[in-house]
Amino acid sequence: MQASKPQSTSESSPCSASTTCPYCGVGCGVSLELETRAQEGGELKRSITAVSGDNDHPANYGRLCVKGSALAETLSSSGRLTQPQIRDAAGVLREVSWDTALELIAARFGELRSTHGGDSIAAYLSGQLLTEDYYLANKLFKGFIGTPHLDTNSRLCMASAVVAHKRAFGADAVPCSYEDLERAELVVLVGSNLAWNHPVLFQRLKQARIDNPLLRIVVIDPRLTDSCEIADLYLGIRPGSDARLFNGLLAYMAERGRTDRLYLEAHTQGFDAALKQAKRDDCSLSAIARDCDIDVERLETFYYWFATQLHVVTLFSQGVNQSTSGTDKGNAIINCHLAGGKIGLPGAGPFSITGQPNAMGGREVGGLANQLAAHMDYDTPGARALVSEFWKAPNLPEGPGHKAVELFAALGRGEIKALWIMATNPAVSLPDSARVRAALAVCPLVIVSECMADSDTLAYADVVLPASSWSEKDGTVTNSERCISRQRGLLTPPGEARHDWWQLAEVGKRMGYQEAFDYSGPHAIFHEHARLSGFRNSAPRLKAGRKPTATSSVKRLFNIAPLAELDRAGYDALKPIQWPVRRGDKGELIGTPRLFEDATFNTPNGRARLVPVVPQLPQQALSDAVPLRLNTGRIRDQWHTMTRTARSARLMNHRAEPFVELHPQDAATRGLQDGGLARLKGRDEQGGLRGDYRARVRISSGQRRGEVFIPMHWSDHFASHARAGALLAGLVDPFSGQPESKHGAVEVESLPCEWQATLLIAPSILAGREDLADAVAQLDGRYWARIPQSALVRYQLAGQGQPDWQHWCESHLGVPAGLWAQDAAQGGISAAGFRDGRLVWWLKVMPGDAHLDRQPNIAWLGECFASEQLSAHERRSLLAGRLSGQADVGAMVCACHQVGELTIRQAIQSGDGSVEALGARLACGTRCGSCLPELKRLVEEERSDERTDSLEMA
Amino acid sequence: MHPSSTTREPTPALVIIGHGMAAQKLLEQLVSLSPDQQLPWPVTVIGEEPHLPYNRIQLSPLLAGETRTEGLISQQADWFSRHGITRISGDPASQIDRAARCVETASGGRIPYQRLVIATGSRPALPLPLPAHLPKASSVNDWPPGLMGFRDLKDVEQMQAACLAGRQAGAGALVIGGGLLGLEAAEGLRKGGLEVTLLQRSERLMNRQLDEVAAGLLERELRERGLDIITGAHLEEWLESPAGRISGVRLTDGRELHAGLTIAATGIRPEIEFARAAGLACQRAIQVDGHLLTSDPHIHALGECCEVDGETFGLIEPIWAQIEVLARQLLAQPTPPYRNAPLATRLKVSGIDLYSCGELAPQPNDEVLVYQDHALGDYRRLLLREERLVGVVLYGDVSAGNALFEALKAGTPLTRIREDLLLMPAEALARLTQDGPPTAPDDPSGKPGTQDMTDQHRDRDTTDKTDKTDNTPDTFEEAA
Repeated sequence: MQASKPQSTSESSPCSASTTCPYCGVGCGVSLELETRAQEGGELKRSITAVSGDNDHPANYGRLCVKGSALAETLSSSGRLTQPQIRDAAGVLREVSWDTALELIAARFGELRSTHGGDSIAAYLSGQLLTEDYYLANKLFKGFIGTPHLDTNSRLCMASAVVAHKRAFGADAVPCSYEDLERAELVVLVGSNLAWNHPVLFQRLKQARIDNPLLRIVVIDPRLTDSCEIADLYLGIRPGSDARLFNGLLAYMAERGRTDRLYLEAHTQGFDAALKQAKRDDCSLSAIARDCDIDVERLETFYYWFATQLHVVTLFSQGVNQSTSGTDKGNAIINCHLAGGKIGLPGAGPFSITGQPNAMGGREVGGLANQLAAHMDYDTPGARALVSEFWKAPNLPEGPGHKAVELFAALGRGEIKALWIMATNPAVSLPDSARVRAALAVCPLVIVSECMADSDTLAYADVVLPASSWSEKDGTVTNSERCISRQRGLLTPPGEARHDWWQLAEVGKRMGYQEAFDYSGPHAIFHEHARLSGFRNSAPRLKAGRKPTATSSVKRLFNIAPLAELDRAGYDALKPIQWPVRRGDKGELIGTPRLFEDATFNTPNGRARLVPVVPQLPQQALSDAVPLRLNTGRIRDQWHTMTRTARSARLMNHRAEPFVELHPQDAATRGLQDGGLARLKGRDEQGGLRGDYRARVRISSGQRRGEVFIPMHWSDHFASHARAGALLAGLVDPFSGQPESKHGAVEVESLPCEWQATLLIAPSILAGREDLADAVAQLDGRYWARIPQSALVRYQLAGQGQPDWQHWCESHLGVPAGLWAQDAAQGGISAAGFRDGRLVWWLKVMPGDAHLDRQPNIAWLGECFASEQLSAHERRSLLAGRLSGQADVGAMVCACHQVGELTIRQAIQSGDGSVEALGARLACGTRCGSCLPELKRLVEEERSDERTDSLEMA
Repeated sequence: MHPSSTTREPTPALVIIGHGMAAQKLLEQLVSLSPDQQLPWPVTVIGEEPHLPYNRIQLSPLLAGETRTEGLISQQADWFSRHGITRISGDPASQIDRAARCVETASGGRIPYQRLVIATGSRPALPLPLPAHLPKASSVNDWPPGLMGFRDLKDVEQMQAACLAGRQAGAGALVIGGGLLGLEAAEGLRKGGLEVTLLQRSERLMNRQLDEVAAGLLERELRERGLDIITGAHLEEWLESPAGRISGVRLTDGRELHAGLTIAATGIRPEIEFARAAGLACQRAIQVDGHLLTSDPHIHALGECCEVDGETFGLIEPIWAQIEVLARQLLAQPTPPYRNAPLATRLKVSGIDLYSCGELAPQPNDEVLVYQDHALGDYRRLLLREERLVGVVLYGDVSAGNALFEALKAGTPLTRIREDLLLMPAEALARLTQDGPPTAPDDPSGKPGTQDMTDQHRDRDTTDKTDKTDNTPDTFEEAA
């Protein structure tokens, strides 16, 4: 479905369009209502007026989670980058033209390549990019610049699953469809808080459980998460013990004759070795239960269910992947599916769920350092020649490049001298972020293509390229079930913001590769991408046991060649389709919902591999100094480093501040109060401090003792000390290079503060103010969190000493306090500042370090910030932070009985038409009588109004 | 003038001396408490002023031109005859013959009584003694020309006339005393078109009710309206014209202030001349017990002229409470005795809302909570001692005044609502009430507040006394 053309004649013309959501890997279809209005000057401006789930999209069938529903709220052009910038000699970013910026990049790349070689240049991409962007980046860097060092933030997400897939299936291929969740008899969630991270799939699963009472759900997670709401069985295993659990399952199946011998013999290899390895450990249930720290009966229940059901889907995610043995864990899971023949069937298979909207698209084009292109690796026989030929690429590297963590280490060592970062915020998201930042700081040329101005990484950029964003970008994405969908460009990017593919193509052309980078648009790129997927891709696929015959061909599972035949209109109208794609008898496009139905895999001999797995515990070691296991992850309403989701006020309300969740006893022994502030510290190899994370304490019995959880989202733009990555060591899985982000080692202590404050500031005060963080630092602030809301920005602050708030507000906010309340003995202050009668800041300072008992009504205060002029009643409620429930009585008329003007007017209107009647009802004027003249006047006024009213009525 | 109607009873049971607000309120209360609103016995009330009784508090709006004289009259002449009340006006009582149980009037009339109520109120007091050579310097009625109080209709008429004359002559007025009465007089005269200078001895206006900030807000507001205010003004002597007319004052700093009219609003003196002469026990005023009975069991005293447990009265609230007791007492209905209680000052100075109760000056360990709105001009200062409210000053937004006063009187511990107490007091206190009465832990006696109330009252009393320079504090509501 394409957006219908705006009618230029009408002032406002509505239309609708469908696209896909830019958040998680579920890849939901989104229906948009758009409106086109003529701006001043006659220019037409389109905007999105409503967002809903696309009823026709197979990922969500009309459902949408809270983040997706709030998409329209994240779109304002404020806070967007709109002009290319180059850092000048003084270290200041200056706006330049695109020409200047692109010429500079092309020239510097050219110089570096000739003096230091192509591999002195690197790119760090993102699962937020569209497939077309990704494809072109891969082509430019690997094929033409000639560097293998192109990696992506997908490395942090599902790199372990990629390797596990390749080892088991011979290709990075997710066997299942979402529909399999609904057709299964048993769904096992491993290391996946589906309820928060893939909410729409969770909703589907929840509904499936209602529709099929026989469906059982098992949740395996160290944390008792919201996903347990639908669990029949919960295994709160010790972090990192997954491989032991699934090795044990393999042994259990073998011992009880619950393996599928025929399937194993006909379609797999390596079962015996895998089983033998599993059995090196004590495979008694009690030993496994002990190692995994779970109840033995629960363990046996899980094993029994898994072993006895055929239609089992094991859905695994970051809890498995983000580990130094994540690849093995993935294979331990896949082993059990292969051993039971629980794959290639409806409702059966191991199912890796990705985190990002286009992690899969990136994998498809080969946008990882260990991949070459289009599902071909460097060591795939014939692949380099094939790709070189197809691209006419002169400089294709010989072998894989640095994976993300390694890449930044090489950057720090000075081996890489130019890095182009696109659509990601590595200064926040990578582990050991202090080291990452140091590496970025020493790199001579850091190019950042970014949409939002509040990315921490921009601080290290030498060249900033303003990029187009969701709803502006046009292209395709692939979700977790291999479904390719169109993400549509509907709005015009603000200012000079440009698409990522365009930026790459322009640099390519300026480096002298005019022909290779001459694209008319995303359709042309997709066309090439689809052609490459089918280029000398042997078909039909080999049957198990046969040797490949066509030596010039490189067989790969990923094949969407028929989509190359789509013309521009066909591409624009592309319906969601799962790869591989083939033509049917009538020439129709046919996707592939489920892989390996014929039990033929992409290995040379067509057999799936069972991989022997040695269970390993996390490498980040606990010690007396850092005795707590640190788990990190997403929260329901935020996305990555919050540059987009923080723009929606309602998304900030779920968890407004960074937090640390821990077990009640761990909190008690450390003297931590729920809602108080705490500080987390890690230790590096030398015992030095690694990271300093400060956050609100959330005491939760869903947390295992000895383990803590923190969200991964906060950056230096949103909190003073809340980068999860700073606490983590850069230890990675040896196969996938994926960091061990789920298994940090920390200590938590309380963060004593003498005061805490809530400061609300109008955007007008903040505009162009980069110095507020410094101003906050002047308060001896130990902690701050910035929480954008619709009409205001909220700061939560905490610190030491006794700041002179009156002076601070006046000098740093530029507006003195118009309202001031102080409880000097307790150190409490409430204040507000006004400009031309309009509320521009609001402050509440509380003594001590306990959580602010009752938060103000931010929604109501937001209305006050938005209001041109507050009524006296509102103003008088302002410092209390909520509208007084006491009715506004108006100006005081009767001082003795405290009867206000509004009360009196209401009484007159309801019939008390004399001073005496008012006195009888309200007692006003009955004591000293000094208000009698005023009462009389009010009676006269009201009655004359009455007369006027009745005249008007007549 | 002799009583015009002595037709019903030769010997009236009840005689009231003075017919100000207190006496009138007592009469109305007697009527309303009597069966069928018929007094059981005849009553005679003897007033000094010739008018029907009027609401003295409304003299300020009258002066300011916000109301008319008729608006001040609460009851017309027929009301008295209807209820069997004999009204003697313009012929003040001059003497009490206790032995004969008889009141003598200035004109020589003798009115016998069974019971007598003295409700003579008070007179304005002067800040300086009048120059000795001036012949008539003792009573306010005898003050020299150019100097006057602000107490009755006559004063208002005179001031209005002065405004008329002053506007033509360009002469200004001088008001001495920055209490409520002085401020009202000054504002009234200013609105009447005179250039007015207000002199206040203290460093701030209304120094017994307002703290510096509130007084400053008030001063700023009044100055903006055009009033000239001199605080810290200490009088040295009166200035007089050769004709013996008071023409201004000289201050101790040497400044001389001249005016066509000078109003003294520096305090009141209970009017107890003939009570003392009759041998009734008096200190600052006529001493009465909780049933308002003087040392003579046939004689009661009420209002500004009486004194209970050493305390005299200038505000309406306690006097109204006294009337409640006295009316029942006279009608032989059961009533608990009158007791002094903390007072709240709720008032409106020329349209500016003020509220003050409890203590004003913080003690060393007191906690001070302050709220201020510069645009609306709201100000709120709460004084806490051991988590209990002991003092309240409100300016502008006074809507929480009564609730705060109740909490102050009850001595409720306010820890639970500490924050909102300052920011949203009425609602916070309402919540405290809803949540149920405070439980005992803080208060071993289990009866919160009673002890504090008396203590605090005593404190207040002492403060007042030490602060006192004149007989009685400035009145805010000139009652009785």
